[in-house]
Amino acid sequence: MTDTAAAVAAPRFRVKRWTPLSMFFTGGLSGVVVVLAFAPVLLGENSQNNLIQLYFLMIMAMMWNALAGYGGLVSVGQQGFIGLGAYAAVFLSVQHGLNPYLSMLLATLIGGAIAIPVAFVVLWLRNGAFAIATWVVAEAFAILVSLDPNPAIGGGTGTSALLPFNLRYTPTQRLHYTYWAALGAVAVLLLLLFVLLRSRLGGSLQAIRDDEEAAASVGVRVLFGKGILFVFAGAGCAAAGTIILAWQLSVLPLGPNSVFGINWTARMIFMVLVGGLGTFEGPIIGAVVLYLLQTYVSVSGVWYFVMLGGIAIGFALLLPRGIWGTIQERFNVQLLPVGYRLHTGTERGRS
Amino acid sequence: MSRRLDGGEQGSGGAGLAGAGAGSGALLRLEELDVRHGLLQAVRNVSLEVAEGETLALVGANGAGKSTLLRAIAGAHRPAAGRIVFDGREITAMAAHRRVKTGIVLVPEGRRLFPNLTVEENLRVARASGRGGSWSLNEVFEAFPLIEPLRRKRAASLSGGEQQATAIGRALMTNPRLLLLDEVSLGLAPIAVEGVYRSLRRLIEGGTTIVLVEQDLARAMSVADRIACMLEGRIVLEGARGELTREQVTDAYFGLRRQEATA
Amino acid sequence: MSWVADVVHGILLGGFYALLASGLALMFGVMRIINLAHGSLALIGAYMALLLTEHLHISTYLALAPVLPGALVVGYLLQRTMLERSLRAGQLVPLLTTFGLLIVIANLLQQFFSPDVHSLDAGRIGPASWHVSSTLSIPWFDVLTLAIAFTVLGGLQLVLRFTQLGRELRATAEDPDTAELVGVNARAVYARATAIAVAIAALAGVFYGMRSAFDPNAGANELLYAFEAVVIGGIGSLWGTLGGGIVLGVSQELGAQINQEYFALAGHVVFLAVLVARSAAQAPRIRYTLRRFA
Repeated sequence: MTDTAAAVAAPRFRVKRWTPLSMFFTGGLSGVVVVLAFAPVLLGENSQNNLIQLYFLMIMAMMWNALAGYGGLVSVGQQGFIGLGAYAAVFLSVQHGLNPYLSMLLATLIGGAIAIPVAFVVLWLRNGAFAIATWVVAEAFAILVSLDPNPAIGGGTGTSALLPFNLRYTPTQRLHYTYWAALGAVAVLLLLLFVLLRSRLGGSLQAIRDDEEAAASVGVRVLFGKGILFVFAGAGCAAAGTIILAWQLSVLPLGPNSVFGINWTARMIFMVLVGGLGTFEGPIIGAVVLYLLQTYVSVSGVWYFVMLGGIAIGFALLLPRGIWGTIQERFNVQLLPVGYRLHTGTERGRS
Repeated sequence: MSRRLDGGEQGSGGAGLAGAGAGSGALLRLEELDVRHGLLQAVRNVSLEVAEGETLALVGANGAGKSTLLRAIAGAHRPAAGRIVFDGREITAMAAHRRVKTGIVLVPEGRRLFPNLTVEENLRVARASGRGGSWSLNEVFEAFPLIEPLRRKRAASLSGGEQQATAIGRALMTNPRLLLLDEVSLGLAPIAVEGVYRSLRRLIEGGTTIVLVEQDLARAMSVADRIACMLEGRIVLEGARGELTREQVTDAYFGLRRQEATA
Repeated sequence: MSWVADVVHGILLGGFYALLASGLALMFGVMRIINLAHGSLALIGAYMALLLTEHLHISTYLALAPVLPGALVVGYLLQRTMLERSLRAGQLVPLLTTFGLLIVIANLLQQFFSPDVHSLDAGRIGPASWHVSSTLSIPWFDVLTLAIAFTVLGGLQLVLRFTQLGRELRATAEDPDTAELVGVNARAVYARATAIAVAIAALAGVFYGMRSAFDPNAGANELLYAFEAVVIGGIGSLWGTLGGGIVLGVSQELGAQINQEYFALAGHVVFLAVLVARSAAQAPRIRYTLRRFA
């Protein structure tokens, strides 16, 4: 018979969510947001314009990552919601004379609302079919908008929100308010996503990602979890669309630069995969990378895109887990406390 | 009490002989193999030799590392340390499909047939490596008459015993010199297991070298020339069939130590 | 009876979509790769044919002779150098790779061929059509395209069913690890599948160039229609791709009949309807109800 092991102090397990590093970082991040809020006072017009772009890129990256990285839903059609958000904001402010910023807020909610029936159409589908279906839905939205006879929508030639803004605000005010709206949107969505992922839903999503059937068999409501994510992402992308509207004022439904264009998804894929799929910090980093490339690399048109494509390929081949994914893997670091950390060890004193 | 095979080969001296020729000299030699399975160390410092024509049974509890060891030999797992030498050639870093070409084939745990291919297609896929030899479609159907009438049936629709026969037949189609069998009796009705072992005995009589992983000790000891018992990744007992008693194997299996009786 | 004409034209259009979609279907069926660069690769085929016909003064069809083998090589190399590594890194990484490729190709084409519009000469068959009736006129070129689509899909089916390569392809698609264990070189198999897929894409590109004018950014819509065809037909079914293409083509033509602008929208609506119906039919509660009443 084997000897029973000598009495050993029974190890205690503690589950912690915050580490000193993550507390530091979260505090730091909040501080950065506060500082950025002062940008309209501290920085020039150009910088503010650039930062607004950074913000909506960040929102898009976060949303795509939420779907693909946390939900396993590869959507090639989020641009549909971006366009919807922009057009809903135009419609409310031009047609119904609402304050443009209020319209933006309502448009965000409308985006989320429309995501619900769309979810019913697409969420049952598996990977490839799901991806193509989302793309088709986005295209359908674009076509419907371009066919709309309402003059406020403008049909195929696009429309503009110039009037509702200019009636109320000077261009400088518009810039400032749009900046704050954009920063606010990023902060709120980041916070919501954070809360979502730390909640029970977050755990369910991890389970779904690992093994959908097994998750369902222990009672995880798979479709419901995915549905929540999808609606959240729909609203988030709609918010990004409204910001684009406020920033560039005129929008088109069709064509390569359209607000419904597949280019937006292309950017989302780039940001998320370069930053790190499935990590919380990844999309933020990816958005910063794309933003920096966009703003500071002044190479002629065609070669700029070749470079962009080359970078995408380079990352896919060399750093497939993205910048943050690789760092996280190597150093086991987490800056924003979304996960759990298990601490083992014997108790010392009265802790 | 455990006994390990000493390092030398039986009969011929010197390591690393090109093993072509008569059956003496190890066909397969594992040297201090370490294999990880994810973060887990599944195989620890395993050294083993299998002579040509021999049948070795690997026994041990679940999680002892037997399957991982077989998969490492077949090339499905890269060892973290150690060497695998087959027929005098080092194959430690060789890709799995090339090992099939040199004559090693694995019948994986759970059969793993290609579900939507027919029985015949499953068999014919295995001609991919192009090894010459006596096994062909007809030979396999002769050896396993059970599956011949099923040749156009989808593999997923077969019963457990039929699938096992097909899986072994598929491996044979590669004309192997070394056949690795992972838990062929798993999930099969006793009568099906009986049939499988009957076929195995014929293979053994034909001179095929076999390493089989088997949980059923009685079956293992009935068909093997040598037995090795694994526990927690190590080989804790090894010896020829006649030399080991059932009790010794059982003890090693569970990791029990008996008090040594004075001789 | 212009509806008949629409259905006929829709079927012919579907033939083109199926041709474009076959390569996609092969890559997705075997490797689960969504090749976003498929359309770009098709365009390369068109541009290569353009170069050959302009400089060697040969017919477009003859230009296929060097273009297709060239495309085979390109596809093989593409898989071995880029896609293979991307696949190993994860299911989503090929999306990034093929997206990067799409951008690089489109822009390089623009750099070397200018944004001008070109088209390929379809030969004597180009303008010819069969005037069946006053309302129905069938262009021979479209019939040729449909015939080619049939041949390609049929050929692929034959290869998959009856050749060793086909068996290895199917086995690797189902279980790459076990395929390796019985001697199949999975990487070589994937490379050959991609080679075939790119060759078919080039073929489709040449036919695209013959049926419409193209520039470096062309084909974005057609790519989406090809994806729709694959999904409607059922991912993993080759003949389904043909069926899907036809369903899509017919829907589009009928939609255009109602209103020119509804062309694409009609296709999208039918696409979504088919998917919803299929999902609903598979939902357990509904299947049970159907069984009781059917």
